[in-house]
Amino acid sequence: MEAYIYDAVRTVRGKGNKKGSLFGFTPTYLVTQILKDLKAKHDFDPELIEDIILGCVTQVMDQGANIAKTAAQQSGYGDHLCGVTLNRFCGSGLEAINQAGAYVKSGFSDIIIAGGVESMSRVKMGSDGGALMMDPAVALPGHAIPQGISADLIAAKYGFDRNDVDAFALESQVKAAAAEAEKRFKSRIPIRDVNGITVLDTDENIRPQTTLDGLNGLNPSFEMMGKMGGFDAVALDRYPEIEEIPHIHHAGNSSAIVDGAAIALIGNNEAGKKLGIKPRAKIKAASVYGTDPTMMLVGPAPASRKALKQAGMTFDDIDLYEVNEAFAVVPMRFMQDSGVQQDKVNVNGGAIALGHPLGATGCMLMGTLIDELERQDKSTGLVTLCIGGGMGIATVIERV
Amino acid sequence: MSKNIKNDLFSYEIGSDGVALFTIDQKNNPTNLFSIEFINEFIEIANDAIKDENVKGVIITSGQKMFMPGADLRELKKAGGDPVEQFNGMMKMHTAFRQIETGGKPFVAAINGTAMGGGLELCLVCHHRIVLNNHRIKLGFPEVKVGLLPGGAGTVKAPYLLGIQNGLMYLMQGIEARPEKALKDGLVNDIAENQEEMIAKAKAWIEANPNPVQPWDNKKHKIPGGGLMSPNGAQTMMGAIGNLRKMTHGNYPAANAILSVVHDSLSMPMDRAVEVEARYFTKVIATKEAKNMIRTGFMGMQNAKKGKARPKDEPKYEVKKLGILGAGMMGAGIAYVSAKAGMEAVLKDVTQEGADKGKDYSRVLLEKAMKRGRSTPEKAEALLSKIHPTDDPSAVEGSDLIIEAVFENPELKAKVTKQTEAVLAADKVYGSNTSTIPITQLALASERPENFIGIHFFSPVDKMPLVEIIKGEKTGPKAIAAAVDYTVAIGKIPIVVNDSRGFFTSRCFGTFVSEGMFLLEEGVPAAMIENVAKTKGMPVGPLAVQDEVSLTLGMHVYESDPSTDKHPSQTRSYEMAKKMVKEHGRGGKKAGAGFYDYPEGGKKKLWSELGKIFKSNVDTLDKETVAKRIMHRQALESFRCLDEGVLTSVVDGDIGSVLGWGFPIYTGGAISYIDFVGVKEFVAECDEFEKKYGSRWTVPTSLRALADSGKMVHDFGKG
Repeated sequence: MEAYIYDAVRTVRGKGNKKGSLFGFTPTYLVTQILKDLKAKHDFDPELIEDIILGCVTQVMDQGANIAKTAAQQSGYGDHLCGVTLNRFCGSGLEAINQAGAYVKSGFSDIIIAGGVESMSRVKMGSDGGALMMDPAVALPGHAIPQGISADLIAAKYGFDRNDVDAFALESQVKAAAAEAEKRFKSRIPIRDVNGITVLDTDENIRPQTTLDGLNGLNPSFEMMGKMGGFDAVALDRYPEIEEIPHIHHAGNSSAIVDGAAIALIGNNEAGKKLGIKPRAKIKAASVYGTDPTMMLVGPAPASRKALKQAGMTFDDIDLYEVNEAFAVVPMRFMQDSGVQQDKVNVNGGAIALGHPLGATGCMLMGTLIDELERQDKSTGLVTLCIGGGMGIATVIERV
Repeated sequence: MSKNIKNDLFSYEIGSDGVALFTIDQKNNPTNLFSIEFINEFIEIANDAIKDENVKGVIITSGQKMFMPGADLRELKKAGGDPVEQFNGMMKMHTAFRQIETGGKPFVAAINGTAMGGGLELCLVCHHRIVLNNHRIKLGFPEVKVGLLPGGAGTVKAPYLLGIQNGLMYLMQGIEARPEKALKDGLVNDIAENQEEMIAKAKAWIEANPNPVQPWDNKKHKIPGGGLMSPNGAQTMMGAIGNLRKMTHGNYPAANAILSVVHDSLSMPMDRAVEVEARYFTKVIATKEAKNMIRTGFMGMQNAKKGKARPKDEPKYEVKKLGILGAGMMGAGIAYVSAKAGMEAVLKDVTQEGADKGKDYSRVLLEKAMKRGRSTPEKAEALLSKIHPTDDPSAVEGSDLIIEAVFENPELKAKVTKQTEAVLAADKVYGSNTSTIPITQLALASERPENFIGIHFFSPVDKMPLVEIIKGEKTGPKAIAAAVDYTVAIGKIPIVVNDSRGFFTSRCFGTFVSEGMFLLEEGVPAAMIENVAKTKGMPVGPLAVQDEVSLTLGMHVYESDPSTDKHPSQTRSYEMAKKMVKEHGRGGKKAGAGFYDYPEGGKKKLWSELGKIFKSNVDTLDKETVAKRIMHRQALESFRCLDEGVLTSVVDGDIGSVLGWGFPIYTGGAISYIDFVGVKEFVAECDEFEKKYGSRWTVPTSLRALADSGKMVHDFGKG
């Protein structure tokens, strides 16, 4: 059995702080709106949808108590609709698609909605606590360090300096601004309030005015933490060949904190007929790959390699890549490791410009990739994200 | 019930006002100790008091100078064999303590002397703590320093009183608080100027609080700074984990366990929280690290401090007047520590100016001490008046002991020996503070080689606690007694070793540096060598140490060593130092350039050319092998010293390595390290290294025999 992506849509991304346009909208509201919009767009029979799988990282408060089922209940699709929320950190949105794909391929399900949500303005990143960083019995032997320091460690280990990462960050902004100007984000949905008034219809975080000088002037974000929290020393314990960690990541070359949600409609071949929609892409392969928890953000290349092998393909066979820009060094290391050229990667910018709503990003990247493959009339694509704790996730698709 | 008791552990008197006074006074111990026997007695009395209608409350105080400075480590050393028994024993104690805390009758600790570890935990069982305002009194949890965690509920209670952050400081760094700080931090509730006032305050509190509740049992009590799940608490815990690895690299199970106990138990009711503490304590007390730290760090050093190394039959050798030859950094430091101990110190140098400069060293130290409130102008003046700088060789006449600290030049040393013995009484002892030249050789210049001995100080003398005493071939028992008694008198820790080039410490310490240099030469990245050494617990990396010592000096020592049977590894180190100095102009830290760059006002940084010169590659060796080569090499050389009779006991080598060059205490010291690794594994790994790297890894037959018979190095020489 094959699994197809029939559609993939996302909300606009609002700044994930008290000034953000989407601050007043709960994560359930965001998901519910796009569920309704997707149904309206295709006018399908909601009874056909069996389950909603949503990725969400910080599952407390507004995002607690299984937000997928909560949104399912709110969607008006009907009481039959189930929901499950998963957490594979930053890979959650893509993991949801992969799981939906696996359900469909196995024949357990015919049609599933998969995606993710994160309101980072309303539910603070890290506010769910957890043992990974907090429990000495886990964090000490694990050489746990905050992700920003991991990003700086990767730069030290693989030879990227401040100029390299700032130049990459600038590219992300330039490409995103160009994409916005050309209206390339076809599957993006504005958020409307309870009166139907449009609240936000573009991605709020893009900064077309960004300059290299401006980026060079920003203070590193993780230096203090590295020194005062002892985390630089923790990293060097594991990577003793490094004398010192140069702290080169900052607010301008790391992913922006934003709010947003995304969903994809996944089903088998028969589903299209029932729904009355043509599939946009086929899921060819999906993989996860574990790395060590200290240099935790280098998973995308090995995860992609594994997925490509499964699909019987090589890096050269892929037309376009979406590699999540959690930190500038992540796609840079991906390209260094895989040999993939930059003109195939994140051609419409990435999370540095657009933002990274943790649980939703994986699904958002899928939508962006399919839109762009269609625009360029190309065939194959790969989405990959680095994941906290030392994981990578990758999904290979092909237009149909 | 209602009867007064007096025995060899305590007295218990019920006053006419209904307040019982429990006075700890352990007659058969050196001081009041937290021991199983005592605690059982205490629990029984406390239970009686709770049931006794005639008793309103109990005051616990001490009949000795100390309140209770800690647990009986002799007991703890034996503990932990059977975890079930250990855990059940701990829980029995906790249950009893909790009954006292919740028994509805006030207990007040009247802390009239130092209360540490178990002693302080006893005070925490009490509902109220008053301390005497005496600067000599210390309160704290020193357990972590002997590889343990507070096991009498101190670990779980400290954060309630001190907050998580400060509580962790007390628990994990073993800081000692004087009364004022203890009050400010919340460890005690009140302070009193004298015993009478303290007892009066205690009685008043008992009157006012007939049914007290402990903070951890009080739902309204707020943990200072917030609980574990508060934003502050979470930040603190994360930072504490990071910094723990930064400080200890995870090598100390007790410190790890303290963090875990606080993390796991802080949101639990106390009755269950103590269970968490007891489980971790049971685990930790059975660790090799705890046993090593108690054996070497506590027992070994305490015995050494008491002068265990002195010949028993020799009469005590008292030093009233000390003659110091050479007022350089070492001589000046020796003058300071000796004058501090009340000795008259004649500080002789070639010129008066040089001698005066040597005395100024003490002045600077005292000014610093006064700034920190650790000395007063009167004390400083008294100390300075005991240091007598001079350029007159005959000024040392009448000295009880001479310590020669001139340059490391045998001819010069011979000259001053003759000059000094001419004015020194025939029955007085002459010590040389050489760090490398054999004493037997130096003693050739002496008329009285039986009174000639090596007294090797470490730099800086005022900070370094070790003194390595070296017996020459002809050194007699009186000289040994003199050197040991003097060392003990100045409050330092002596080890006595036999003669050899570099003796014990310089010789073995040298292997640390040389192995680091070899690794660099073989292509291991410099940062990896330095960081791996630190990961294993060495305080500084070998290349940084070589820079401190100076590469030029390393060359000089080799060139001035007349012996013809130098080991190839010595020659290899020498050649490498020569390459750095002659080819690259990098003589070490003093020269401003060695393995490191020393930018003005900045942090030192590894010289960027090292990678090119030595073709560094991260894949040359894995970090485990790098670590083993750095650590095993020191241990093997230390064992050789034992095998050759330079050392006469394992514990001397352990203490010497820990205090002399910072070998990590969790291993027990450079010789116990072999047991820590496992003798069989150690020998097998050295054998493998010998095949790959040559004869510096050859295992002595005696060590192989231990491995073959399944014995430990602690069994060495025991049949």
